[in-house]
Amino acid sequence: MKVKFFPFFLSLIFLLIFIVFFKGLNKSNIYAPDNIIEKKVPSFSGKLFNQEKEVNSSEIFAEKKFYLVNIWASWCIPCREEHSFLMELNRIENLEIIGINYKDKTDNAKSFLNELKNPYDLIILDKNGTISIEWGAYGVPETFLISDKNIIKKIIGPLNTDSFSEIKDLVR
Amino acid sequence: MKFIKFFLIVLILFNFNLAKAENENLKNEITKNLRCLICQGQSVYDSDSEFANSLKSLVKQKLDDGYKEKEIYDFLKDKYGEWILYEPEFNKNTYFLWLLPILLFLIGGAIIFKLFILKKN
Repeated sequence: MKVKFFPFFLSLIFLLIFIVFFKGLNKSNIYAPDNIIEKKVPSFSGKLFNQEKEVNSSEIFAEKKFYLVNIWASWCIPCREEHSFLMELNRIENLEIIGINYKDKTDNAKSFLNELKNPYDLIILDKNGTISIEWGAYGVPETFLISDKNIIKKIIGPLNTDSFSEIKDLVR
Repeated sequence: MKFIKFFLIVLILFNFNLAKAENENLKNEITKNLRCLICQGQSVYDSDSEFANSLKSLVKQKLDDGYKEKEIYDFLKDKYGEWILYEPEFNKNTYFLWLLPILLFLIGGAIIFKLFILKKN
Protein backbone atom coordinates (compact mmCIF):
# COMPACT_ATOMS: atom_id res chain seq x y z
CA MET A 1 0.00 0.00 0.00
CA LYS A 2 2.77 2.40 0.97
CA VAL A 3 4.70 1.68 -2.24
CA LYS A 4 1.68 2.38 -4.41
CA PHE A 5 0.60 5.60 -2.72
CA PHE A 6 3.72 7.65 -3.50
CA PRO A 7 3.90 7.12 -7.31
CA PHE A 8 0.19 7.77 -7.50
CA PHE A 9 0.54 11.05 -5.64
CA LEU A 10 3.53 12.09 -7.73
CA SER A 11 1.77 11.41 -11.01
CA LEU A 12 -1.26 13.29 -9.75
CA ILE A 13 0.88 16.36 -9.08
CA PHE A 14 2.54 16.10 -12.48
CA LEU A 15 -0.84 15.74 -14.15
CA LEU A 16 -2.07 18.83 -12.32
CA ILE A 17 0.96 20.87 -13.35
CA PHE A 18 0.62 19.60 -16.90
CA ILE A 19 -3.02 20.67 -17.08
CA VAL A 20 -2.27 24.12 -15.72
CA PHE A 21 0.55 24.74 -18.19
CA PHE A 22 -1.30 23.18 -21.10
CA LYS A 23 -4.25 25.46 -20.51
CA GLY A 24 -1.87 28.39 -20.20
CA LEU A 25 -0.47 27.62 -23.65
CA ASN A 26 -3.67 28.60 -25.38
CA LYS A 27 -4.22 31.71 -23.35
CA SER A 28 -3.09 34.97 -24.86
CA ASN A 29 -0.81 36.91 -22.55
CA ILE A 30 -1.96 40.22 -23.97
CA TYR A 31 -4.40 41.64 -21.51
CA ALA A 32 -7.51 43.22 -22.89
CA PRO A 33 -10.08 44.51 -20.43
CA ASP A 34 -13.57 43.23 -21.01
CA ASN A 35 -15.42 45.53 -18.66
CA ILE A 36 -15.31 48.70 -20.68
CA ILE A 37 -18.38 48.53 -22.85
CA GLU A 38 -21.56 50.26 -21.67
CA LYS A 39 -19.80 52.28 -19.04
CA LYS A 40 -20.72 55.73 -17.91
CA VAL A 41 -18.48 58.62 -18.81
CA PRO A 42 -16.11 59.30 -15.89
CA SER A 43 -16.40 62.55 -14.03
CA PHE A 44 -13.37 64.78 -14.13
CA SER A 45 -12.43 68.40 -14.49
CA GLY A 46 -9.56 69.89 -16.39
CA LYS A 47 -8.11 73.01 -17.88
CA LEU A 48 -8.83 73.92 -21.46
CA PHE A 49 -6.09 74.16 -24.04
CA ASN A 50 -5.32 77.76 -25.03
CA GLN A 51 -7.80 79.12 -22.51
CA GLU A 52 -7.63 79.87 -18.82
CA LYS A 53 -10.84 78.03 -18.13
CA GLU A 54 -11.65 74.93 -16.14
CA VAL A 55 -14.34 72.60 -17.44
CA ASN A 56 -16.27 69.80 -15.84
CA SER A 57 -17.14 66.55 -17.62
CA SER A 58 -20.87 67.06 -17.01
CA GLU A 59 -20.75 70.30 -19.02
CA ILE A 60 -18.86 68.73 -21.91
CA PHE A 61 -21.14 65.78 -22.56
CA ALA A 62 -24.39 67.62 -21.91
CA GLU A 63 -25.82 67.67 -25.43
CA LYS A 64 -27.60 64.78 -27.04
CA LYS A 65 -25.19 63.85 -29.79
CA PHE A 66 -22.14 61.69 -30.33
CA TYR A 67 -18.80 62.56 -28.81
CA LEU A 68 -15.42 61.19 -29.76
CA VAL A 69 -12.80 61.49 -27.04
CA ASN A 70 -9.29 61.17 -28.38
CA ILE A 71 -6.21 61.03 -26.15
CA TRP A 72 -3.21 62.39 -28.01
CA ALA A 73 0.20 63.99 -27.59
CA SER A 74 2.59 65.73 -29.93
CA TRP A 75 5.38 63.33 -29.00
CA CYS A 76 3.31 60.32 -29.98
CA ILE A 77 4.17 58.99 -33.43
CA PRO A 78 1.00 56.87 -33.99
CA CYS A 79 -1.05 60.01 -33.30
CA ARG A 80 0.29 61.44 -36.57
CA GLU A 81 -0.91 58.32 -38.37
CA GLU A 82 -4.48 58.62 -37.15
CA HIS A 83 -4.69 62.38 -37.59
CA SER A 84 -6.11 62.24 -41.10
CA PHE A 85 -8.96 60.03 -39.83
CA LEU A 86 -9.77 62.56 -37.14
CA MET A 87 -9.81 65.37 -39.70
CA GLU A 88 -12.22 63.29 -41.76
CA LEU A 89 -14.45 62.56 -38.74
CA ASN A 90 -14.52 66.24 -37.88
CA ARG A 91 -16.76 66.84 -40.90
CA ILE A 92 -19.60 64.74 -39.44
CA GLU A 93 -22.35 67.03 -38.18
CA ASN A 94 -23.57 65.32 -35.01
CA LEU A 95 -20.13 64.24 -33.80
CA GLU A 96 -18.06 66.41 -31.54
CA ILE A 97 -14.39 65.55 -31.19
CA ILE A 98 -12.81 66.19 -27.82
CA GLY A 99 -9.08 65.92 -27.44
CA ILE A 100 -7.24 65.08 -24.25
CA ASN A 101 -3.70 66.38 -24.53
CA TYR A 102 -1.68 63.78 -22.63
CA LYS A 103 1.51 64.85 -20.81
CA ASP A 104 2.53 67.34 -23.44
CA LYS A 105 4.31 70.67 -23.68
CA THR A 106 1.86 73.36 -24.79
CA ASP A 107 4.22 74.79 -27.40
CA ASN A 108 4.82 71.39 -28.96
CA ALA A 109 1.11 70.66 -29.01
CA LYS A 110 0.46 74.00 -30.71
CA SER A 111 3.00 73.37 -33.44
CA PHE A 112 1.63 69.85 -33.90
CA LEU A 113 -1.84 71.30 -34.52
CA ASN A 114 -0.47 74.06 -36.74
CA GLU A 115 1.32 71.52 -38.86
CA LEU A 116 -1.45 68.93 -39.17
CA LYS A 117 -4.51 71.16 -38.54
CA ASN A 118 -6.85 70.95 -35.59
CA PRO A 119 -9.66 68.36 -35.72
CA TYR A 120 -10.78 68.96 -32.14
CA ASP A 121 -13.78 71.01 -31.08
CA LEU A 122 -12.40 71.14 -27.56
CA ILE A 123 -9.07 70.19 -26.03
CA ILE A 124 -8.55 69.40 -22.37
CA LEU A 125 -5.10 69.46 -20.84
CA ASP A 126 -3.91 66.41 -18.95
CA LYS A 127 -0.51 67.42 -17.64
CA ASN A 128 0.07 64.55 -15.22
CA GLY A 129 -2.00 61.85 -16.93
CA THR A 130 -4.65 61.50 -14.23
CA ILE A 131 -7.60 62.36 -16.48
CA SER A 132 -6.56 59.58 -18.83
CA ILE A 133 -6.49 57.18 -15.90
CA GLU A 134 -10.06 58.22 -15.10
CA TRP A 135 -10.93 57.04 -18.61
CA GLY A 136 -9.16 53.74 -18.00
CA ALA A 137 -6.61 54.48 -20.71
CA TYR A 138 -3.26 52.76 -21.12
CA GLY A 139 -1.46 55.37 -23.14
CA VAL A 140 -1.64 57.36 -26.34
CA PRO A 141 -3.42 57.26 -28.68
CA GLU A 142 -6.73 56.00 -27.41
CA THR A 143 -10.22 56.82 -28.63
CA PHE A 144 -13.66 56.54 -27.04
CA LEU A 145 -17.01 56.95 -28.73
CA ILE A 146 -19.70 58.31 -26.45
CA SER A 147 -23.41 58.33 -26.89
CA ASP A 148 -25.85 59.48 -24.25
CA LYS A 149 -23.08 59.66 -21.62
CA ASN A 150 -22.14 56.03 -22.21
CA ILE A 151 -18.91 54.76 -23.71
CA ILE A 152 -20.08 52.64 -26.62
CA LYS A 153 -16.74 51.97 -28.24
CA LYS A 154 -13.12 52.03 -27.17
CA ILE A 155 -10.17 51.87 -29.55
CA ILE A 156 -6.74 51.26 -28.07
CA GLY A 157 -4.01 52.47 -30.39
CA PRO A 158 -4.31 54.57 -33.53
CA LEU A 159 -7.44 54.63 -35.65
CA ASN A 160 -7.27 52.65 -38.86
CA THR A 161 -9.58 52.24 -41.86
CA ASP A 162 -11.59 49.52 -40.07
CA SER A 163 -12.23 51.43 -36.86
CA PHE A 164 -12.78 54.60 -38.89
CA SER A 165 -15.60 53.08 -40.94
CA GLU A 166 -17.01 51.45 -37.80
CA ILE A 167 -17.24 54.82 -36.06
CA LYS A 168 -18.83 56.32 -39.17
CA ASP A 169 -21.47 53.57 -39.22
CA LEU A 170 -22.22 53.94 -35.52
CA VAL A 171 -22.61 57.69 -35.73
CA ARG A 172 -24.83 57.69 -38.77
CA MET B 1 4.54 82.51 26.83
CA LYS B 2 6.26 83.47 23.61
CA PHE B 3 8.38 80.38 23.82
CA ILE B 4 5.36 78.14 24.25
CA LYS B 5 3.71 79.69 21.21
CA PHE B 6 6.84 79.21 19.17
CA PHE B 7 7.15 75.65 20.40
CA LEU B 8 3.54 74.90 19.47
CA ILE B 9 3.99 76.29 15.96
CA VAL B 10 7.10 74.17 15.44
CA LEU B 11 5.24 71.13 16.74
CA ILE B 12 2.35 71.68 14.36
CA LEU B 13 4.71 72.13 11.43
CA PHE B 14 6.45 68.89 12.26
CA ASN B 15 3.16 67.11 12.50
CA PHE B 16 2.17 68.31 9.04
CA ASN B 17 5.38 66.84 7.79
CA LEU B 18 4.56 63.52 9.39
CA ALA B 19 1.11 63.44 7.80
CA LYS B 20 2.70 64.01 4.39
CA ALA B 21 5.29 61.29 4.96
CA GLU B 22 2.59 58.85 5.96
CA ASN B 23 0.78 59.53 2.68
CA GLU B 24 4.02 59.00 0.81
CA ASN B 25 4.58 55.64 2.49
CA LEU B 26 1.01 54.59 1.81
CA LYS B 27 1.35 55.68 -1.80
CA ASN B 28 4.44 53.48 -2.19
CA GLU B 29 2.68 50.57 -0.56
CA ILE B 30 -0.36 50.91 -2.83
CA THR B 31 1.67 51.28 -6.01
CA LYS B 32 3.66 48.17 -5.08
CA ASN B 33 0.38 46.27 -5.07
CA LEU B 34 -0.60 47.49 -8.53
CA ARG B 35 0.42 45.76 -11.73
CA CYS B 36 1.80 47.99 -14.46
CA LEU B 37 -0.49 46.86 -17.26
CA ILE B 38 1.72 47.84 -20.15
CA CYS B 39 4.95 46.50 -18.68
CA GLN B 40 6.07 42.89 -18.43
CA GLY B 41 6.23 41.68 -14.83
CA GLN B 42 6.66 45.02 -13.13
CA SER B 43 4.67 46.77 -10.48
CA VAL B 44 3.59 50.37 -10.89
CA TYR B 45 6.08 51.27 -8.16
CA ASP B 46 9.00 49.73 -10.06
CA SER B 47 8.09 51.01 -13.48
CA ASP B 48 8.97 54.37 -14.95
CA SER B 49 6.60 54.20 -17.92
CA GLU B 50 4.18 57.04 -18.66
CA PHE B 51 1.28 54.84 -17.57
CA ALA B 52 2.91 53.99 -14.24
CA ASN B 53 3.88 57.58 -13.57
CA SER B 54 0.31 58.72 -14.23
CA LEU B 55 -0.96 56.07 -11.84
CA LYS B 56 1.50 57.17 -9.18
CA SER B 57 0.32 60.77 -9.37
CA LEU B 58 -3.30 59.62 -9.39
CA VAL B 59 -2.81 57.56 -6.22
CA LYS B 60 -1.13 60.54 -4.59
CA GLN B 61 -3.98 62.81 -5.63
CA LYS B 62 -6.58 60.38 -4.32
CA LEU B 63 -4.76 60.05 -0.99
CA ASP B 64 -4.63 63.83 -0.68
CA ASP B 65 -8.36 63.87 -1.39
CA GLY B 66 -8.83 61.57 1.59
CA TYR B 67 -9.44 58.28 -0.17
CA LYS B 68 -8.83 55.09 1.82
CA GLU B 69 -6.50 52.39 0.52
CA LYS B 70 -9.36 50.04 -0.30
CA GLU B 71 -11.32 52.77 -2.07
CA ILE B 72 -8.36 53.37 -4.39
CA TYR B 73 -8.13 49.66 -5.19
CA ASP B 74 -11.87 49.57 -5.90
CA PHE B 75 -11.62 52.64 -8.09
CA LEU B 76 -8.83 51.15 -10.19
CA LYS B 77 -10.50 47.76 -10.33
CA ASP B 78 -13.54 49.47 -11.77
CA LYS B 79 -11.41 51.20 -14.43
CA TYR B 80 -9.00 48.44 -15.41
CA GLY B 81 -10.46 45.20 -14.09
CA GLU B 82 -9.16 42.91 -11.38
CA TRP B 83 -5.94 42.23 -13.27
CA ILE B 84 -4.43 45.49 -12.05
CA LEU B 85 -4.33 44.18 -8.46
CA TYR B 86 -1.49 41.83 -7.57
CA GLU B 87 -3.51 40.06 -4.96
CA PRO B 88 -6.42 38.24 -6.61
CA GLU B 89 -9.73 38.33 -4.77
CA PHE B 90 -11.22 35.23 -3.25
CA ASN B 91 -14.06 34.20 -5.56
CA LYS B 92 -15.19 31.21 -7.58
CA ASN B 93 -12.51 31.74 -10.21
CA THR B 94 -9.68 31.89 -7.72
CA TYR B 95 -10.61 29.59 -4.83
CA PHE B 96 -8.50 26.81 -6.32
CA LEU B 97 -5.54 29.18 -6.41
CA TRP B 98 -6.01 30.21 -2.81
CA LEU B 99 -6.74 26.77 -1.39
CA LEU B 100 -4.11 24.76 -3.28
CA PRO B 101 -1.17 25.67 -1.00
CA ILE B 102 -3.17 24.77 2.09
CA LEU B 103 -4.24 21.53 0.45
CA LEU B 104 -0.66 20.64 -0.51
CA PHE B 105 0.49 21.48 2.99
CA LEU B 106 -2.10 19.17 4.51
CA ILE B 107 -1.27 16.34 2.10
CA GLY B 108 2.44 16.78 2.79
CA GLY B 109 1.77 16.69 6.50
CA ALA B 110 -0.26 13.53 6.08
CA ILE B 111 2.61 11.87 4.19
CA ILE B 112 5.14 12.82 6.85
CA PHE B 113 2.81 11.60 9.56
CA LYS B 114 2.27 8.31 7.78
CA LEU B 115 5.93 7.69 6.92
CA PHE B 116 7.65 8.73 10.10
CA ILE B 117 5.33 8.81 13.02
CA LEU B 118 3.22 5.77 12.26
CA LYS B 119 6.38 3.85 11.34
CA LYS B 120 7.99 4.60 14.70
CA ASN B 121 5.05 3.26 16.58
